[in-house]
Amino acid sequence: MNTSVRPEFEYALEELNVAPAAQRLPVLQRLWQHSAVRKAVLVALLAAAWELAARLADNDLLLPTFTQTARAFWVDLLNGELPGKAAVSLALLLQGYVLGVVLAFGLTALAVSSRIGRDLLATLTSMFNPLPAIALLPLALLWFGLGRGSLVFVLVHSVLWPLTLATYAGFQGVPETLRMAGRNYGLRGLRYIALILVPSALPAILSGLRIGWAFAWRTLIAAELFFGASSGKGGLGWYIFQNRNELYTDKVFAGLISVVLIGLLVEAMVFDTLERFTVPRWGVQR
Amino acid sequence: MSSSVIEHRPLARDTGTSPDLASPRMRRQEAVSSRSAGTGSSALLQVDGLSLDYAGHERIVRATHRVSFEVQSGDRFVLLGPSGCGKSSLLKAIGGFVKPSEGEIRLDGVRVKEPGPDRMAVFQEFDQLPPWKTVLENVMFPLLAARRLPRVEARERALDTLARVGLADFAKSYPHTLSGGMKQRVAIARALAMQPKVLLMDEPFAALDALTRRSMQEELLALWDDIGFTLLFVTHSIDEALVVGTRILLLSPHPGRVRAELNADHFDLRSQGSEAFQAQARRIHGLLFPEARV
Repeated sequence: MNTSVRPEFEYALEELNVAPAAQRLPVLQRLWQHSAVRKAVLVALLAAAWELAARLADNDLLLPTFTQTARAFWVDLLNGELPGKAAVSLALLLQGYVLGVVLAFGLTALAVSSRIGRDLLATLTSMFNPLPAIALLPLALLWFGLGRGSLVFVLVHSVLWPLTLATYAGFQGVPETLRMAGRNYGLRGLRYIALILVPSALPAILSGLRIGWAFAWRTLIAAELFFGASSGKGGLGWYIFQNRNELYTDKVFAGLISVVLIGLLVEAMVFDTLERFTVPRWGVQR
Repeated sequence: MSSSVIEHRPLARDTGTSPDLASPRMRRQEAVSSRSAGTGSSALLQVDGLSLDYAGHERIVRATHRVSFEVQSGDRFVLLGPSGCGKSSLLKAIGGFVKPSEGEIRLDGVRVKEPGPDRMAVFQEFDQLPPWKTVLENVMFPLLAARRLPRVEARERALDTLARVGLADFAKSYPHTLSGGMKQRVAIARALAMQPKVLLMDEPFAALDALTRRSMQEELLALWDDIGFTLLFVTHSIDEALVVGTRILLLSPHPGRVRAELNADHFDLRSQGSEAFQAQARRIHGLLFPEARV
């Protein structure tokens, strides 16, 4: 065993001058960093697989090729048929969506301010959230007739429950300390909800809005398929249904692609942008 | 308008001869005498026979039992006790977050019923700062939410207070980019900017590392010398209580009852190793854990 005392040292620290040399990655590697590029490559691969499968199947009535579908899409896009139908669908969707969002906030505000409101919300969401909106359509037709009213009714139903659930879960996730801080400022009632609960629960609310939008879009297209055009103006669902009846399968696919594209565009342009400008900047979410 | 901004005075802690050092105490005396002339009671905050109960599903748990004490204006009053003595509950009750089942709390002679900006609180948890607001907005938030000041003046006062806690350069940062100590400084600035009647602090430095905690204690004492607020401070550390407090309320656990009320205004960070400091710490330890005494 070594019993000698080891000497102590003190070092004077010198100035650090190691500048980190920044090096740019090669162009291809930098491109690959963008998820949009990677996703575009995946979509291109899927399209190629579709083209191959359709050519092998060789049956235009069952499965048109990708290029045929793209041509049909392009033609109907230029002659204004697809944009017109999409506009009809979107206008309707917006009405139902906004109404659903307003009702959802009313219901959650009620739920956070009283116990009976909380019970009401829990009961209603557990009853109606599993109920497919489209299953209400026959009833809606009975009540509101063949037209906008019925569609808006099922749209509200499809937005209201998932958004209410998400918002309420978000409110419940607000840290206790933050709640106390808010009450400490003397905030109460609606100001407390608007200034503390809503901003704090915004990630959950945004994801609820996203889910609500997807549900509503789905429900609308399905509902349009179900009873077609109202007052002579049909939406995208009607476009798909009509073309299937006339066996324009490439146009059916073009209609489906429009549904997908609009869904993607709204996701990317509205919700992603909204999220980018709020949530990650606060460091709440990765 | 200038009266709304906290007046500027240099930090005078280290110069023992500075006349500034005495001024908070003097101000305290003035405040005390003027108050006693008005209401007949000298205390800023009176806690009178306070019992706090928590209702569980099966039974009711008593957190504190008939606790009484008085805080004078300008005090650094510390609630000290082991976990389970109800010191945090006591602070929450004074903050208005918990309803007492017995007794009452009076601030300036007025009964405390609900939370309010005259009792600004600094909590232990870092998530007390809204993450969607920058540091500056966070400090302005209570001023605006309580409609205390218009926006321009709130901004002015917030910047001034941030400068006092040494965070002027971080006004535009978001809380998640700050270290734990800096977050607590923002929380303190936020509370001080409101110029509350009493500042409530619930183990504000407990989640910090030892070195940061020490410098935060130092800064808090410097701020108190500088501005002269009334502080109610909860801690479970005997050392921290002796350093931070001018007066210490000792609470025994299960349920919390008052064990002793001691003076500590002659201790600070520099006297921490001194014989008197150690003796007082041992005395407190003996009071809190009588059975552990050797």
